[in-house]
Formats: sequence, structure tokens, C-alpha cells
Amino acid sequence: MNRRVVVLKNVSKSYPLYHQMMGIKNFLFNLPKGIRSMKNSRIEVLKDISFEIEKGESLGIIGKNGAGKSTILGLIAGVLKPTKGTVFVEGRVSPLLELGAGFHPDLTGRENILLNGILMGYSKAEILKKMDNIIAFTEIREFIDQPVRVYSSGMLARLGFSVVANLDPEILLIDEVLAVGDMDFQKKCIDKMEEFKRNGVTIVFVSHSMDNVKRICDRVIWIEDHSIKMNNDVNTVISNYTRMR
Amino acid sequence: MRNKHRLIHHYIDLITVLTQKDLKVRYKNSFLGYLWSIAHPLAFALVFFIAFKVVVKIRVENYTLFLISGLFPWQWFANSVNGAPMIFINNASIIKKVNFPKNVLVLTHVLQDMIHFLLAIPVIALFLIIYGKAPSVSWCYGIPILLFIQFFITYGLSIIVASTNLFFRDLERLTMLFTTLLFYFTPIIYPEHMIPNHYKPLIHLNPMASLMVSWRNLFMVGVLDIFEICLALVYAIIIFFLGHVIYKSLSWRFAEIL
Ligand SMILES: Nc1ncnc2c1ncn2[C@@H]1O[C@H](COP(=O)(O)OP(=O)(O)OP(=O)(O)O)[C@@H](O)[C@H]1O
Ligand SMILES: [Mg+2]
Repeated sequence: MNRRVVVLKNVSKSYPLYHQMMGIKNFLFNLPKGIRSMKNSRIEVLKDISFEIEKGESLGIIGKNGAGKSTILGLIAGVLKPTKGTVFVEGRVSPLLELGAGFHPDLTGRENILLNGILMGYSKAEILKKMDNIIAFTEIREFIDQPVRVYSSGMLARLGFSVVANLDPEILLIDEVLAVGDMDFQKKCIDKMEEFKRNGVTIVFVSHSMDNVKRICDRVIWIEDHSIKMNNDVNTVISNYTRMR
Repeated sequence: MRNKHRLIHHYIDLITVLTQKDLKVRYKNSFLGYLWSIAHPLAFALVFFIAFKVVVKIRVENYTLFLISGLFPWQWFANSVNGAPMIFINNASIIKKVNFPKNVLVLTHVLQDMIHFLLAIPVIALFLIIYGKAPSVSWCYGIPILLFIQFFITYGLSIIVASTNLFFRDLERLTMLFTTLLFYFTPIIYPEHMIPNHYKPLIHLNPMASLMVSWRNLFMVGVLDIFEICLALVYAIIIFFLGHVIYKSLSWRFAEIL
């Protein structure tokens, strides 16, 4: 049995519910009510979730919109804290989230590559060394020196994928980003991910495209009603999932 | 050991890249940003000169110099604190994506205004020379000491404002109001000895008062008062720790609230 690199144990996650985005004025004028509403109104998104991921495994996460898939990725990435339970992660996490997440609109593509790489924990030297590879992979050529606010969605996806894909990721978190790329690029990404699989990179893949999930994942977790409805090999879960709908 | 070394190295990378980003995003062009950081206090100096010297006829020697030696360090403080409410909000997309020490964002924000202030010191020296004086040797240790103290006060206050603003989004105007009021309660456009005796003890309740008086004395006459420095340092330590505690207790919720 392989080493486990991600372990979620009895994890629950709830978010605060904001009836009104309170300002400090509102808060001070309704002090007791304000404090009570801060404490009580939380909405539970994940309830008592447990699963493990082994090194080199490719895990898919599927479920309806709002099921909590992105929340799970946030927990693994360490940007969200579980309300209950524990999250254990070993190794450097490279998150690739929704479109444009992590990019600064006023910076150029090149500057965003550097910023993102640094934030993910790579050193400046490492990133600069790989810069040409990253840029070549994006295929967006002269746009690399334009601010990313002028990029199309597909170009943003290309930039995002290229950064994580060319910096030797250990644990790759991918949240539904390939959908906007054109066919060539989608293929390129899937190929790259298959290459990662061969090289022992751990992948957590969130997608609504069952075809892509089948290509990439060994095992799939299906999230429904705040908990894991099924956690099994890819074909079993997907055939049940598609039959349900 | 090696790991620690790597961590420090990465921290430095993080700070340089974020500072470069900030310079670019906040000022579009760093040279213009620098010019602006000089023009702004000079413009205010002119306004206060007209109001208080020309009109009110305040009896302070070298009033221009007096104004400039207080307005430049104040501008650092005010710029940092006034910009603080937006620090985390402007970086929402990276905070929601990767887990990194988010206080670095505040650190670079304050560092950047500090660099602008440092680069403006030659302008202060220039004015001294115009007025027939010269920079004092004591600047060599005085500037680092005051820089250090002001950095901790400014960072502490900025991180308090930046963190709490995520939970009460209307803090921005209040911050502006607060720094403006604090400005007039700080002896920058008037000397502390003009404060009526009755109110004089109150001045030390203002955490910025000792510091600003120290800057001015350092720039104008090249002396530092040990009492004022100690007081400013005590405030710096208190505010820094308060900021640290508030940040520590709130930062894990940033990503879910942004
Ligand atoms: N920061 C937040 N504050 C409050 N509620 C949130 C927050 N983020 C997510 N939620 C809620 O948590 C639930 C799960 O959201 P999440 O983004 O994890 O869903 P998802 O499975 O990724 O959906 P999709 O397929 O649409 O991407 C949703 O009901 C959403 O409204
Ligand atoms: Mg999602």
C-alpha cells in the first residue's frame, strides 16, 4: 500500500450566512442581535466527510452544483479550515481553481506566472528557469506581456494550467477549468495529466465532464446531501451517477 | 536547518515579488508613484503655510521646514493606514486560492510606503540646505530607530484595519476620518509647546505624537529625546502585538468571507 498524502477525517464545514453584509454602524446599533446572528447563522455544506488519497492516485470528485466540491479542494489547499474534524496534507499543493482565480487583472501574463509560482511555494529562481517552458505551453505568444484583464476565458485557462503543469507539482488540485479551453488545449491538458499520472503526481480532479473524469481518474467520490454518497472505482461511481439523473 | 533557510529565502522572494506587484498595481508606474509621494506632502505644506503662516501668522521659526519634517513621515503612516482596508480585498483571488502567510501582504504594503518615505528624505535635506542648515550626523542612527518604531506602529494598525474590514465592510471611510482627526491631534502643523497647559498631558495619549515630534526634532535640529522615543516604542510594541493577535484570530476565516 502506498503512502497516504491527503487524509480527511470526520470533516465538517459550515459557512457563515450573511443576511446583510453588516457594516460596523449596523453592528454597533444592533449589538446583541449582531453578535447572535454572527454566532448562529451558519450553513453546513459538508457533514462528517472522511476519505484518503494515496500518493500518485488520481481522485475525481463529482456532484451537483453547490454540492461542496470546491469546498473540499479549499480544505485540501489549506485556504479553508474545517469546522470539525482534521485535514492532513503532505506535500506541496498546486491549486488550479475556477477561471482566473489567483491572477491579478492588472499584471501581465508573465508577471502573474511569477506571482502565482511564488505563492504556491516555488522559489523565484525555479520559476524564472521554467518561465520559457510555461510561456511556450500557453501558446498565447505576444499576449503574455499584456495585462490578463484583456485575456479571453480560454487564454486565462491556458495560463493557469501552464503554471501548475510546468512547475513539478506534487499534489495537483483541478477545479473545472478545462471546459473553456478549445479542443486542442483540452487534449493537451489531458495528455499532460496522463503524463503526471505516470510520474506519480497525486491529482484531485473536479469536473462535470464524465468523459474527462473517466480518462484521468482511478477512483471517484460522489458528493451529495453534504456527504459522500459513493466512494469507489471510477466506472462504478460514474455509472451509478449517470443512472441517477 | 536547511529547511529553515529555504523558508526564509522563500519569504524574501515572496516579499520582493509582492512589492513589485504592489508598486505596479497601485501606482501603475513606480517613478510616478515616487513623484506623487513627494508632491503630495509638499502641496499640503504649501496649503498649511498659506493658512497658518500667511493668514494666521503663527509664530514658528522656519515654518516651511517645520511642516515638511512632519508631513513626510506622516504621509507614510496615513497612506499605509488609509490603504489598509483594501489590502485583503484587493488580493481576494489569491487568498482564496493558495495558503500563504497573508500578513506578508500588509508587510509589503507598509514597506512600500516606507520606501517612498526613505526616498523623500533627500528632499527634506534639500530644504534644510535651502534654509542654511545641514543634515545632522545623528540622522545615521536616528532615522533607523524612528523608522523601526514607525514601521511597527503602522504595520500593527494597518493589519488591524485590514483584517477587521473584511467583517465590517464600511471601515474604509471611518479609517479616513480617524487618520484625519489623528493628524490634527498630532503636533505636526503646530509645535507641542503651543498646546494649552491644561491639555498638554493628554498629548501622550496619542500614539503618534511622540513619534512625530521625534522626527521633526531629528530633521530640524538633529536631536532625539529619549523619553519620547521610549514612549513611542511602547506604543509600537502594544499596537504591533494587538495587530498580531487580531490577525491570528481572524485570518483563518479570510478565504471564506472574501
Ligand atoms: N465563502 C462562502 N460563504 C458562504 N457560502 C459558501 C461559500 N463558498 C461556498 N458556499 C456555499 O457552499 C456550498 C458548496 O459550494 P461549493 O463551491 O463547494 O460547490 P461546488 O460543488 O464546487 O459547486 P459547483 O459545481 O457549482 O462548482 C454552496 O451552497 C455555496 O453556496
Ligand atoms: Mg465549484
